[in-house]
Amino acid sequence: MTQQILIAVIVLGVIGAFFAVVLYFVAQKFKVVEDPLIDEIAEVLPGANCGGCGKAGCRAFAEACVAQHSLEGLRCAPGGDPVAAKIAELLGCAVEQGEPQVAVVRCHPANCGENRRSNYDGLRSCAFAATVYTGENGCPFGCLGCGDCVAACQFDAIHMDAETGTPVVDEEKCTACGACAKACPRRVIELRNKGNKGRRVYVRCINKEKGAVAMKTCKNACIGCGKCAKVCPFEAITVTDNVAYIDFTKCKACRKCVTECPVHAITDVNFPAPAKKPEAPKPAEEPQPANN
Amino acid sequence: MNLLNISGSPHVHSDESTKRIMWRVNMALIPALLVAIAYFGMSALIISVISVLSCVLFQWLIEKYIMKVPSTVGDGSAIVTGLLLAFNVPATVEMMWIVVIGALVAIGVGKMAFGGLGKNPFNPALVGRVFLLISFPVQMTTWPKVGGLFSHMGISATITPDQAVQLGVDATTGATPLGIIKEHGLDALPQAWDLFIGHLGGSFGEVSALAILLGAAYLLWKKIISWHIPVAFIGTAFVFSAILYFVDPIHVEVIDKVKQTMGTVGYIDPLTTILTGGIMLGACFMATDMVTSPMAKSGQIIFGVGCGLLTVIIRTWGAYPEGVSFAILLMNSVTPLINRWCKPKRFAC
Amino acid sequence: MKTFRMGGVHPEENKISNDAAIEVMPVPAQMVVLMNQHLGAPATPIVQKGDKVKVGQLIGEAQAFMCANVHSPVSGTVLKVEPCKDAFGLAKPAVYINVEGDEWMETIDRTPDIKRECTLEPKQIVDKLKEMGIVGLGGATFPAHIKYNIPEGKKAEYLIINAAECEPYLTSDYRVMMEHAEEVCIGVSILRKALGVPNAYIGIENNKPLAIAKMQETARQFEGIVVEPLKVKYPQGAEKQLINAVTGRKVPSGKLPIDVGCMVSNLGTAFAVYEAIQKNKPLIENILTVTGKKLPSQHNYIVRIGTTYNDIIKHSLGELPATTGKIISGGTMMGKAVVNLDAPTVKGNSSVLVMDEGEARRNPETACIRCGKCMHACPMGLEPYMFSVLVKNNRIEEAKEHNILDCIECGCCFFSCPANKPLTDEIRLGKNKVRAMMAAKK
Repeated sequence: MTQQILIAVIVLGVIGAFFAVVLYFVAQKFKVVEDPLIDEIAEVLPGANCGGCGKAGCRAFAEACVAQHSLEGLRCAPGGDPVAAKIAELLGCAVEQGEPQVAVVRCHPANCGENRRSNYDGLRSCAFAATVYTGENGCPFGCLGCGDCVAACQFDAIHMDAETGTPVVDEEKCTACGACAKACPRRVIELRNKGNKGRRVYVRCINKEKGAVAMKTCKNACIGCGKCAKVCPFEAITVTDNVAYIDFTKCKACRKCVTECPVHAITDVNFPAPAKKPEAPKPAEEPQPANN
Repeated sequence: MNLLNISGSPHVHSDESTKRIMWRVNMALIPALLVAIAYFGMSALIISVISVLSCVLFQWLIEKYIMKVPSTVGDGSAIVTGLLLAFNVPATVEMMWIVVIGALVAIGVGKMAFGGLGKNPFNPALVGRVFLLISFPVQMTTWPKVGGLFSHMGISATITPDQAVQLGVDATTGATPLGIIKEHGLDALPQAWDLFIGHLGGSFGEVSALAILLGAAYLLWKKIISWHIPVAFIGTAFVFSAILYFVDPIHVEVIDKVKQTMGTVGYIDPLTTILTGGIMLGACFMATDMVTSPMAKSGQIIFGVGCGLLTVIIRTWGAYPEGVSFAILLMNSVTPLINRWCKPKRFAC
Repeated sequence: MKTFRMGGVHPEENKISNDAAIEVMPVPAQMVVLMNQHLGAPATPIVQKGDKVKVGQLIGEAQAFMCANVHSPVSGTVLKVEPCKDAFGLAKPAVYINVEGDEWMETIDRTPDIKRECTLEPKQIVDKLKEMGIVGLGGATFPAHIKYNIPEGKKAEYLIINAAECEPYLTSDYRVMMEHAEEVCIGVSILRKALGVPNAYIGIENNKPLAIAKMQETARQFEGIVVEPLKVKYPQGAEKQLINAVTGRKVPSGKLPIDVGCMVSNLGTAFAVYEAIQKNKPLIENILTVTGKKLPSQHNYIVRIGTTYNDIIKHSLGELPATTGKIISGGTMMGKAVVNLDAPTVKGNSSVLVMDEGEARRNPETACIRCGKCMHACPMGLEPYMFSVLVKNNRIEEAKEHNILDCIECGCCFFSCPANKPLTDEIRLGKNKVRAMMAAKK
């Protein structure tokens, strides 16, 4: 009996020792020398693998940081400045301060319901719908409402408003990784600076059609009249291809253009509600993205 | 005027739907159910109803409270599972509560755990059945004697109580043909015709090959199943057992020279093989389950051949008298692999 | 009976407008002529605001390689040259013409006489096809002069005329065969001459026995025209399937029919070729079916290209039934749903199909039960269910490896899917993504 136990112990022991030696040598042979910095940086990153930085994932981003040994041209939008500071500390390089950004949907939702001309019945994919027709309200530039952006978001920060059929960004959750902007076949979504206290002004339309044509599709479509550009004291507004665009680096959120716009295509968000304005533009009454 | 609908082509659809397929399978199971009621009496009906109701209930509960998705019980797939599960158990009184456990396992573990209809790798009814077979081996292999309505109508059952006593079986329960063969040898076996129309004991949906073939013919006609799996399954089982039979036909001889006891040696004849046990039900209704069988015709033949071989192997050399459930489950597990090998033939390749 | 072997489905035929003789649709007061009515680059407008144009006058010139001439379908004054939204709402360059009278170009032979002799050389025929703006009328609108300009080193052995009309509802080809059989045969002879092939085969599905009889009788007077009855099975008229059915040859993946010595043209194209070559009439008219199960009347029209959908509906039906759910240009299997009824018709339009709201809506999608029906229905031997999963998960590389680009988008997979999965849509999306990926790699 004792002998049997002894034999078993010895046999197993020898086998174990043999494989331990084999494993040791194999591990030595195939060892990959990797900068431990990569691991450290990857640790700091949010780890959502959203792809917003343009790399395949967070680890690829960390590798790129280590490879060029600076943060130039590399920015983790979801992590923002705190993460950038940590990486800079690890790398021992200067940190680039970036303005916090947020995804903005540049299509007016207030009209989609009434102006619908057709009912989309096919595959729920904007990329596909864009090849079939122009959109339920006939606007060849606007939101298609199939939710490719919602599917692309890794942070649960963008949702379809069931009533209007356009997406609404949750500012708290949005990390400005840009995945939704990339997923949108119409480029309706843009990353803009968040602005002081989240207050910002933007044109909620990208329709490049001539005013009369655009008006027919949507009563809040930018008609390219240029009134906003004239009234802007900071030369932040340009009108190209019949559509106004506010440069967020120049805009000081004075809101002159908002009142000037005849079609209420310019929206201001996160400003305190106006005290009195009987014919106030609709946007103020709309559900503010931040509250959703 | 209405809003114009927009979609990519095509703009028409055949009237085929999952719901219709499932309800047609249910239709096809009715003959076998009627035969079971005729042979085993009301207990068969009660077990079927309990099984179906509990399958539907469990699916509804799981979808509503655990998965939190809209209910899909209307598609009839839970009813198919419930009926098939009921067909796979003996029609005894204990089964009335045991089958509820089987339903929970079939729906919960066999189907919903994988994400619901279409995502389960194994046939849910068989998962439930095998679970019961392992958990309740005694109850699951105590088959009631055929009698039921027919005995009241004056038609004698195949295995009379006398025979049963002779065979050493409990007088109130009839052994299945396979059980009889394993334990008592060839002579005790009912004749092929009786097997075909169903005068024998067994799990209640398995008894009548005729009723099952009737249902299968309906499914073939409606193009819900193709002939590939049933024919390959039954054909392989027939050919394989025929080979074994010719090598060493079943016969009685002295197996213990010292004690001079007699016993059966050799293999059962092929006709009995395919008409007994669950081969017919398995080949026509369970192996042909769309979700768990290969898609390409060539793959379906491989699948059927595998089922046939495994069934005979398990029956002949395995511990259980019946191997259909295990054979199908084993082949279910290699279905993704078969799908990978057996691609449709591409145009101009 | 000849047919392709693999896959295929049999949708309800619904050829309810079969017996409606071709009527002439009156010319509306204003016309919009789109500049890209064909596959490829748009034609360049060569008229300006205020110009007077005649019927058949060249107004859009093919300057790019892949392009076709566009001619004025009416006489009148050019109102403006600016983009117009097409049937799907996309802005396309267009010429607006205010119709005045009906003055035709003098070169066009408008007599009803049938001219059988064609003295042109093959090269001249192809040049004239280009001049007359002929495109394939089977749906793809591929410019005919490019197609019939056979590349060096390749030789056509078969000319196949697609008169299968396997799409449900459509009857325009059927009416052309019944009413213009001789012209069609002359057109086929011209195309046969252009290619220098001994035989031309006209494939007609067996559900049109009258057309088969009529064409067989007419074809007897011509040398080298064979009428092939085909089994009724969709997509019998798809190029690769038709070649397979008629000749038994198979066009390999990524190759053109000419690589196996075949050339396929639509029956409508053959008729247009006759008019262009023998009568000098450019492609300015379409034969259109106006049909629908719930419509009070069924029609086949000869329509000037550029007439809007609204004009057609107004003339044929008065107004749309209140229960209209969908309007399709083309057949139910491969036609396109129309959004903008103010849009003009273009070359290659074969029908205005009005669907009732009951038949227009798709049923909700349910879970895939892996029945394999899509796979068995696929005439190309592909695995649509697999593409559905791969595209959904953005596994584009794998989709390409499974030959997603072989898909002919016939719609058999969606048609036969019991789970109502929009398989054809998903595959189209996947094909676009694969092409984008391949373009990015280059």
